[in-house]
Amino acid sequence: MTVFVIRRLLQAILVVFLMSVIVFFGVNVVGDPVHMLVNPEADQSEIAATIERLGLDRPIWEQYLLFLKGAVQGDLGNSFIFGEPALQLILQHMPATMELAFTALTLAIVIGIPLGLYAGLYPDNAISKGIMAGSIVGFSLPTFWVGLMLIMLFAVELGWVPATGRGDLGSFLGIQSSLFTADGLSHIFLPALNLALLKISLAIRLTRAGVREAMGQDYVKYARAKGLKTRRIIFVHVMKNIMIPVVTVMGLEFGSLIGFSVVTETIFAWPGMGKLLIDAILQLDRPIVVAYLMIIVMFFVLINLLVDILYSILDPRVRLQDQGA
Amino acid sequence: MKKLTAATAVTASILALSAGTAFAEKLTIGLASEPTAMDPHFHNLGPNNAMTLHIFDRLVDQTEEQVLVPGLAVSWKPIDDLTWEFKLREGVKFHDGSDFNADDVVCTIERAPNVPNSPSSFGTYLKGKSVEKIDELTVHFTTPEPYPLMPNDLSTIRIISNETGCDAATEDFNSGVAAVGTGPFKFVSYTPGESIVVERNDDYWGTVPVWSEVEFRPISSGPSRVAALLAGDVDMIASVPTTDITTLKARDNLVISQGVSNRVIYLHMDQFRENSPYVKANGGGDIKNPLMDQRVRKAISMAINRDAIVERVMEGVALPAGQLLPDSFFGVSDNLEVVAYDPEGAKALLAEAGYGDGFEMTIHGPNDRYINDAKVAEAVAQMLTRIGIKTAVETMPRSVYFGRASRGAEGNLPEFSFILVGWGAGSSEASSPLKSLIHTYNPDKGFGSSNRGRYSNPETDALIEEALRTVDDAKREELLARATEIAINDVAIIPTHFQVNTWASREGIRYIARTDEYTLAMGVVKE
Repeated sequence: MTVFVIRRLLQAILVVFLMSVIVFFGVNVVGDPVHMLVNPEADQSEIAATIERLGLDRPIWEQYLLFLKGAVQGDLGNSFIFGEPALQLILQHMPATMELAFTALTLAIVIGIPLGLYAGLYPDNAISKGIMAGSIVGFSLPTFWVGLMLIMLFAVELGWVPATGRGDLGSFLGIQSSLFTADGLSHIFLPALNLALLKISLAIRLTRAGVREAMGQDYVKYARAKGLKTRRIIFVHVMKNIMIPVVTVMGLEFGSLIGFSVVTETIFAWPGMGKLLIDAILQLDRPIVVAYLMIIVMFFVLINLLVDILYSILDPRVRLQDQGA
Repeated sequence: MKKLTAATAVTASILALSAGTAFAEKLTIGLASEPTAMDPHFHNLGPNNAMTLHIFDRLVDQTEEQVLVPGLAVSWKPIDDLTWEFKLREGVKFHDGSDFNADDVVCTIERAPNVPNSPSSFGTYLKGKSVEKIDELTVHFTTPEPYPLMPNDLSTIRIISNETGCDAATEDFNSGVAAVGTGPFKFVSYTPGESIVVERNDDYWGTVPVWSEVEFRPISSGPSRVAALLAGDVDMIASVPTTDITTLKARDNLVISQGVSNRVIYLHMDQFRENSPYVKANGGGDIKNPLMDQRVRKAISMAINRDAIVERVMEGVALPAGQLLPDSFFGVSDNLEVVAYDPEGAKALLAEAGYGDGFEMTIHGPNDRYINDAKVAEAVAQMLTRIGIKTAVETMPRSVYFGRASRGAEGNLPEFSFILVGWGAGSSEASSPLKSLIHTYNPDKGFGSSNRGRYSNPETDALIEEALRTVDDAKREELLARATEIAINDVAIIPTHFQVNTWASREGIRYIARTDEYTLAMGVVKE
């Protein structure tokens, strides 16, 4: 197990390094940040001074080496626009995104798995057909449109919850989050639902498929023959077996919830990393874009690792070993 | 009975009104773009400059029409060719109780151009100027050459306190420690991406604001901003998307406030390359750049139906433009009219210039910078195609566009042949666009920095330079107007329209629209 983890971490470093090359060079060939930063009324000498100060007059490989040198020491560069370390800015915006992603994932699990289970157990039932049709709607509608419709319905027409923003923060166990206040919860409801919609559909379909498959298998028939209660068969034996694909996919989806909640955060003016990223892209704040993508890569690598470890807990047959080793 | 009902109704409405006022003391504003810092000297950028005006004052203030009026300075005058004397306001206190005096001005002027990591510094306005304290309430600004725009330039600089601000870093302003000014509001909190809160300064030297607390919330997505207003999350929003204006106007519980801005949208034409990269003969062959011929430029201007652009593309929220700034500004010409739409005349002019069969070109423009920018470019292209200049359209995000438009070709030359751009006159008078757009490109003197067509005319150059040396206002205004007339008649650039900005607010409050596009809580009035 330890060897496995160490080996995976080494692989992760390689992935992160390769990613840094791709991202850095990719981001640096697009556009010209100077004209995004300098006031139009500035004259030529001032533009030249800005170019020099940002180090954009150096050849790109030199800029990369400087970046790499800093990155090794934990410095991913300063934001062009805010003048502050990019890493610090991203970390400041991380809690808002994490709570949003966490709430969305919880919604996906709490709503998606029971519905999927029901649809899997009673596939011919009208309600099940309704659930499945709903899940298709859930992942075919574009997020930004659904987001705006949610705002129009719940905030503008019904007036139940606020349309945008994060609301008051509460403190619990030293963690500051909008999840700990009523105002904060009313703010997080719409964006979390918007973000969760696709994941709910995914959870429904995965669970249903798993249940359908498992119910016909020998071990379920045997358990029935043995006289086990249906409840025990479903919640202990079937659930354990269908959880593997669900955990894998949900784990990866959690990564994408954190990394790419850009659309939802923009629509709901949620002050998270996604909004920071999209603003940075629009204004060509390269250090933030690079730092962000680096962090997201690390996230995915870590989540993958955690998913693998969870596997072995859910299914003892899975050994944490490298096949090639 | 009737009387009683009337009386009850009046009492009820008074009650409602007073309850309304007490409740409405707090104001929440939804902003389209967020400031990048609370440090007034960190980033010379519209949203920052607007936000810091709540907390800080400037020596010379600008009204909503950008007319210069006394701010922290009560008067100013040139005392010789090279020196301006500013008399400071007496009895003004900073939010921490310390007195405002000449030391604050001196240290502000020293700090403003030299903020570390500043993406765009205020050096633009302070270059070559030095400041000297004469007594507690008098300062002298000196320049190496006569300089008339001293009050305009100083109206861009917010004064900070020499006790708390001058040695502070940008982070100290963001945290609020150094965000101590003399302005109408005091700093309360700044949470990037989320909100900025200020509270009323009851001891303000000027008009004390009606709002006890103001919260600014950045909501960058247009539809969400409108939804936030409709849902009552915010009391007012800036930059209403043009597509929503008609629907919002139809609601009687909302108020729309509009005003023309100092931003002209114009077309710049390559006038320095014999072979312009995006101008081709019919069929795609090389051609001697027709845009160098004044008649062709004039024909293009006549082919543009400015009223149609304003009415259809801009949905009425723009004014047709015939020169560099709207009528109310200093240095505009009284002799210039909006060029009339005349496609037949344009065709005749083209034929006279030897392009009776037209030619091909591409118009380049941004698609996320000005109101409906890509649609305007498309409309212009259609209008030109109608007179025989087959025009293709290529728009791109501003992050890509401005770099290429300014220095995308070899040798850091402008890349495009025919572009759509905008210019806002921050200094509030005509020398700003003349200096940057019309004057010959000259990096040594800092002229023509945005002259992407590289138009060059010794006559206008001389007039502009003379104006920038002329301290006498009347004389300078005349010089600027003459330079504008010559440039426009020579079709150095083709102005299409002036942007009109739109704010929307809930019933009972209204925004006094500003030409500088700032959204200020001081301008939100109760009706």
